[in-house]
Amino acid sequence: MEKLTLTVNGLAREVNVDPNMPLLWVLRDLLGLTGTKFGCGVAQCGACTVHVNGEALRSCVTKVSRAVGQQIITIEALSENNDHPLQLAWAELDVPQCGYCQSGQLMSAAVLLREKPNPTDQDIDDAMSGNICRCGTYPRIRAAIHKAAKMQQEGVKP
Amino acid sequence: MNRRNFIQSSAVLGGGLLISFTIPQANKLAALSQPTATSGFTPNAFLNIGADNTITVTLSHVEMGQGIWTTLPMLIAEELDVDLKKIIVKHGGPDKALNHTVFGVQITGGSSTTWSEFDRYRYAGATARIMLMQAASKKSGTDLKDCKAENGIVIAGKNKYTYGELAADAALLPIPERPQLKKPAEWKYIGKGNKRLDASVKTNGSAVFGMDIKLPGLLTAVVAHAPVFGGKVKSFDSTKAMLVPGVKQVVQIPTGVAVIAEHYYAAQQGKKVLSVVWEDGIGAQLSTVKQAAEYKKLAATDGLTAQKKGDAAAGISKSAKVYKAEYVFPYLAHAAMEPLNCTVRIDGDGCEIWTGTQLPAAEQASAAKILGFAPEKVKVNIPFLGGGFGRRATPVTDFVSEAVHIAKNSGKSIKMVWSREDDMKGGHYRPFFVHNVQVGLNSEGLPVAWKHNIVGQSIMQAATPAFGAPKTPIDSTSVEGVMGSPYLTQVPDHFVGLHNTEEVVPVLWYRSVGHTHTAYVMETMIDELAKSSGQDPVAYRQRLLADHPRHLAALNLVAEKGEWKKTLPKGRFKGIAVNEAFGSFVAVLAEVSIADGQVRVHKIDCAIDCGLAVNPDGVKAQTESGIVFGLTMALYGELTLEKGKLQQNNFYDYRIARMHESPEINVFIVDSNEKMGGAGECSVPPTAPAIVNAIFTATGKRIYNLPIANHKLIQQ
Repeated sequence: MEKLTLTVNGLAREVNVDPNMPLLWVLRDLLGLTGTKFGCGVAQCGACTVHVNGEALRSCVTKVSRAVGQQIITIEALSENNDHPLQLAWAELDVPQCGYCQSGQLMSAAVLLREKPNPTDQDIDDAMSGNICRCGTYPRIRAAIHKAAKMQQEGVKP
Repeated sequence: MNRRNFIQSSAVLGGGLLISFTIPQANKLAALSQPTATSGFTPNAFLNIGADNTITVTLSHVEMGQGIWTTLPMLIAEELDVDLKKIIVKHGGPDKALNHTVFGVQITGGSSTTWSEFDRYRYAGATARIMLMQAASKKSGTDLKDCKAENGIVIAGKNKYTYGELAADAALLPIPERPQLKKPAEWKYIGKGNKRLDASVKTNGSAVFGMDIKLPGLLTAVVAHAPVFGGKVKSFDSTKAMLVPGVKQVVQIPTGVAVIAEHYYAAQQGKKVLSVVWEDGIGAQLSTVKQAAEYKKLAATDGLTAQKKGDAAAGISKSAKVYKAEYVFPYLAHAAMEPLNCTVRIDGDGCEIWTGTQLPAAEQASAAKILGFAPEKVKVNIPFLGGGFGRRATPVTDFVSEAVHIAKNSGKSIKMVWSREDDMKGGHYRPFFVHNVQVGLNSEGLPVAWKHNIVGQSIMQAATPAFGAPKTPIDSTSVEGVMGSPYLTQVPDHFVGLHNTEEVVPVLWYRSVGHTHTAYVMETMIDELAKSSGQDPVAYRQRLLADHPRHLAALNLVAEKGEWKKTLPKGRFKGIAVNEAFGSFVAVLAEVSIADGQVRVHKIDCAIDCGLAVNPDGVKAQTESGIVFGLTMALYGELTLEKGKLQQNNFYDYRIARMHESPEINVFIVDSNEKMGGAGECSVPPTAPAIVNAIFTATGKRIYNLPIANHKLIQQ
């Protein structure tokens, strides 16, 4: 067990853990941030995607020790008032169904939109194929990413 | 009541007809006794109006993605005349008042929520509105006919009252039987575009699923399950597991050994070093290859008669041409994104459960039985379901019972969490099925004799704990779609037979149930018959379905919108299929290409006739969802067993279609005043056959066993 200090959603959080514990379970079970989901445990489904220093990372296979000293952002802090262009587009186009995978979808999409403000369908395929949605909301996710890109160009800030 | 009866009843009762029911009161006494400012006005089990103007709608069905969190409140908002967006929505727990209006038990399933609640929820709203108007009339001394309820306010002559202001008075009035409902021309919500009420909480991580339950002192439990279906614990040694930091306790339960720890990671670390000796039992004899061989042998013989007309064998022997085919369908796992889980807290003589379930009362009854409590001592709370697809409607209550056993044997409050591997290997699959089909054609290439035998496990038999023993050995969920097929009605000599098998692997309904395989067989066989006799697959179907206007309406609409007759660019191929399931009629047109031995689905056009589309965008969303579900099933869906052990583990060897494989999808709703049907499952069945029919056009190869990924495809 080790005492580690993490920076999660802008706040310093101290945890006493096995340094091999995946970041996902630190977030969910120790810090109570349950917006990040457990889907597979082996980086196959993307439900656990968070941002670590701005990169989309699968927290279920990321040792907590690796996240020390990094900026960790979870879905709870993607925006302050649920008003990231992606969140607005998601609601506008009724993307979520069961909703379980959508935290991960949004976190992956947010990195895509920052890197490629005007993504092509191919860019979306490349960035989003690591996130499974069993409800099959892919066509709406695709449309919502395009819509968010447009909103961002029109001045809606992430 | 078995599922066959559900469907028969629904066929009679599903449409614009009045469903016979009473609007149950939440509590007769509460409605009649002293209402308080906090209890507000509760005219029935579905609605509460608070003195503070809050309007709370209780759902009799659960939200698992299909959108009823929005659709049911719409029905009340329409008749009560309030702003839909301001309604507070919650799931009801086990409560007879919330029983399905047709199926008779509390269940979410069978794509039935909207049509089965269309009248009851509208009446729930209308009843409240008339009572509020009566209260306003009395309070102001205005004649009732001069009172008007609109957008949360009753205007009574010169007086205006909010619904909240009238709630306490309204609660003292007698409940009217059958208030007048709005006419369709007056609808503000029904049939219009309505945004999901749960979209926002599902975009910022605040939606609570079973997995997210937090309680003081709650521990996490994981379970070591028998590696072979039906296996039992012989002995175990928890010494090493107990040494893992955070592990609190190891307990045996009927289905394995549970490791209880401070959090999931510690529990899993404990499970890794737990040593269990298993007794495999007869399950170890089950292997997929052997099972297929046995089922094929059976399918070549006549089963129990499900449907019969004339003499199929004689008809085939005198046919001009005969087609024979044998189809094999694997076991399938639902694999909802949220792995199965259940939280249990036992406190003295009471128990509280938190779990995503489609069968709340069955879970309650099982927990009560295990604990020796009266059912009302078990409270079941239902958070959002991270997908269901049938897996969370398990009549034998496998995962809830398991969690209750852990809580009981450990004396701890626990959240039992299954890993993805536990979820995949946990059984309750779409059954393994084999079909053997022989079709005799006349000189015009039309079917005149049809012999069809189906072999597989009975789902209704497995559902006995919640629904009672089946009354007939013909399980309609095994034969639906073949039995009652519109193609068979005019075949003078036909036979549909069923062999029920028994295996140690538990089976369950899987999104669209029997249609997952029967639509595949019927729609690929019809396609084969059309193409082999040189006929256009759409024209051939139009001819055979001439007396089935709703099939035709869907088929014709998709053929028109998807430009069936237009020649595609080189390298693109199309296929079509049409099917009725859960009271709706769906046609799918798939456009594919072939590369590197595999198929790529580029575009799916789809037409659905579900009668009145209460929430049209919701119908579209479900139809899209079913298509992607059907695509996964067609491309990759397969579980295999060797010596009783499931060979698949996780999403790397049980693949799910991903973004880059998801086609462009266009859904068209048939403008229809016909009987209402479902939406959640109805587009799954025709998707796989439409895709493989397109593959045949591209390759000349017929695929008789799924998934497609097992076949190397070469374009002709």
